[in-house]
Amino acid sequence: MREKPLTDTTAEKVIQINGLYKSFGNYHVLRGVDLDLYRGENLVVLGKSGTGKSVLIKIIIGLLTPDAGKVEVLGNVVDEITYKELLALRLQVGFSFQNSALYDSMTVRENLEFPLVRNRKTLTKGEVNKLVEETLDAVGLLQTINQMPSELSGGQRKRIGIARTLILQPEIMLYDEPTAGLDPITCLEINKLINEVQERYKTSSIVITHDLTCAKEVGNRVAMLLDGKFERQGTFEEVFNTNDERVKPFYDYNFIK
Amino acid sequence: MEIKETSTVPEPEERKPSALGRMFITLYNVYSFIARFFKEAFLPPYEGKELLRQCYEIGYRSALLISTTGFITGVVFTKQSRPSLSEFGATSWLPSLVGIALLRTLAPLLTGLIAAGKVGSSIGAELGSMRVTEQIDAMEVSATNPFKFLVSTRVLAATITIPILTFYTAMVGMLGALLNVSMFESTSARAFFQSSLEQITFLDFTASTIKAILFGFTIGIVGCYQGYNSSKGTEGVGKAANSAVVIAMFLIFIEEVISVQFFGLFRT
Repeated sequence: MREKPLTDTTAEKVIQINGLYKSFGNYHVLRGVDLDLYRGENLVVLGKSGTGKSVLIKIIIGLLTPDAGKVEVLGNVVDEITYKELLALRLQVGFSFQNSALYDSMTVRENLEFPLVRNRKTLTKGEVNKLVEETLDAVGLLQTINQMPSELSGGQRKRIGIARTLILQPEIMLYDEPTAGLDPITCLEINKLINEVQERYKTSSIVITHDLTCAKEVGNRVAMLLDGKFERQGTFEEVFNTNDERVKPFYDYNFIK
Repeated sequence: MEIKETSTVPEPEERKPSALGRMFITLYNVYSFIARFFKEAFLPPYEGKELLRQCYEIGYRSALLISTTGFITGVVFTKQSRPSLSEFGATSWLPSLVGIALLRTLAPLLTGLIAAGKVGSSIGAELGSMRVTEQIDAMEVSATNPFKFLVSTRVLAATITIPILTFYTAMVGMLGALLNVSMFESTSARAFFQSSLEQITFLDFTASTIKAILFGFTIGIVGCYQGYNSSKGTEGVGKAANSAVVIAMFLIFIEEVISVQFFGLFRT
């Protein structure tokens, strides 16, 4: 496993979150979340199921609205901008869904073309084809171009999902459980892909996961969501060098202590 | 490692609305959904290609079922009406009776009900499934307006296609009636159609068109509302499809009653 360089905390903050609250009924998920994402880093967000990790990135992309707090993405306060501005912002933020969310009535090619033809209207048919093929090649799945999503394996679907977000060449990538439900070999391939995306497309990313191997392999920095807040942030070793009973089981389970 | 200070904003307390409150919330949500449809459907950019695709899906795929039902209705209605008319020696009125009945009520109602079952359930299930599998969210995050792409096109397609299907049903129903008439009488096809059409007024035609447009809009908007707002899980998809059919059929009957009363005012 390769060592990831530490985050350059003097770099520009591409996402700034302050005092974020979100509840669903009487279930208070986020209780004063503060978090920054620096340009060029991969930030891994860890936490138990139901602690609001996915909720957090859905708020960042504007799919959910916060109850209180401020989320600033690339200089835009997400719940203060117009819908048109939000759509423009989303072109710069890619979101990879836990279950890939591929359009099941379209082929792989059409899945990748869909965001492109709608948002890059000046592109010719030839340029669209070239971009689709290049992006599929970047995730190593050019051969699946004419297949339907139902014909793909879980790992392939994840890769195509990532390719679909990459085709718009976003500055920020949000990965929701990229290795969930995959076998260890495919998990390693996905981790490698996340690192390749960071290097090739110069993205800044938030990776939501339970998988500590993924966290260690792709994260420049790790933040742990505990009781609705990020109580522990730092390098992988800093976060897990603790006797906190809320944190230790994560490490012990993943690395079979 | 950073240890962050926690914020002191009080945690919100949830109060559940009463049944009446929930009803008003639902009505407000439906109103907002319809208002958003008009905004998204008529303001650019337009989704012409998807609209055409949806018109094809709704129209072409329903045509066979509607042809069969319309034809059988024409045959059966004529057969059932004959004994009553023959008691008064008025079987020559059959063509005009069938023509009026089909155009005024049977064709719009039959087409509406069949489309509510076939098209409404399909829209509800498709959008429900897309919601559950986060495909609608995926569209949203790829800077595409899913409401415009999915809802506006389907509602418009249903509103355009159902009136066309209605007149197609009326035509096929007339052919069924002609078959039955020609089995018992020596009426020619030309005389049959001439006799049935001469009693049909411009008001009948207009009323039927308006009703069909209303039915189409109802089927589209109910199917889309149920699917687009379906809850999580496969149960939610089933519920969306079922509600889309039941609610659309119920509303079609209500609209039929109201439109009969309304257009009756002009028939004095």
